[in-house]
Amino acid sequence: MTTELKFNIEGGDFDKAGIASSATKKVLKQLSIDPKVVKRMVVALYEGEVNIVAHTYRGEITVSVTDHRILAILKDEGPGIANIKRAMLEGFSTASPKVRQMGFGAGMGLPNMKKNADHLHVESTPGVGTIVTMTFDF
Amino acid sequence: MKIEKIIQLLDAKMLCGHHRISDEISNAFSSDLMSDVLTLDAENILLLTGLANVQIIRTAEVADIHHLVIVRNKKITNDIVELATELNMVIIESPYSMYKASGILYANGLNPIY
Repeated sequence: MTTELKFNIEGGDFDKAGIASSATKKVLKQLSIDPKVVKRMVVALYEGEVNIVAHTYRGEITVSVTDHRILAILKDEGPGIANIKRAMLEGFSTASPKVRQMGFGAGMGLPNMKKNADHLHVESTPGVGTIVTMTFDF
Repeated sequence: MKIEKIIQLLDAKMLCGHHRISDEISNAFSSDLMSDVLTLDAENILLLTGLANVQIIRTAEVADIHHLVIVRNKKITNDIVELATELNMVIIESPYSMYKASGILYANGLNPIY
């Protein structure tokens, strides 16, 4: 059986950043998934959600849960990432002062997503947007 | 260390989670950088922060942190307190700086994570 969740994310709307991750956490807990898996999945998802709010015009998050795997696809319309290798380095950030005031923009988002996911794939077209795919096995 | 002891040591005020005043905490982390909080492997810690926006609650929620101290008299809005209440969190506010609050708690036996 597959459980699927979909969320639309507005770029720049920091008041709502985290609502999708919070709703996902509630569903994963209801599905009785190992709390350790829930935590690393939700932390990675939240990092991605904050990235969409901080860097893009809008985005869509889809989370699919099957028997032993969670798949998260984060697709956005935005400036894209010119150099993905550099964006994966801890400490590299293009975040605005506003984003930094919120406690983010330290250049730790994508590396932390990589750390928490079993698999992370980032593809991006500058000027169009980015698609981040993560899987979590349990 | 119990929450009630932390309140007493930090000359603090409890904003929500009053029913959890006897919760026992053994470790704490101080940061204004939510990106850093999201990299912690520990759970059930006390988070001291000088930030006062909704993202401290969202970050705490995903990081499984249930107890927060807002330092240096920063005021959080009612809607943030309501969200924290809904999530069954404890929030206390202290007039002390992050440095002073952390130092007092450390000197009284509350352990760091790292």
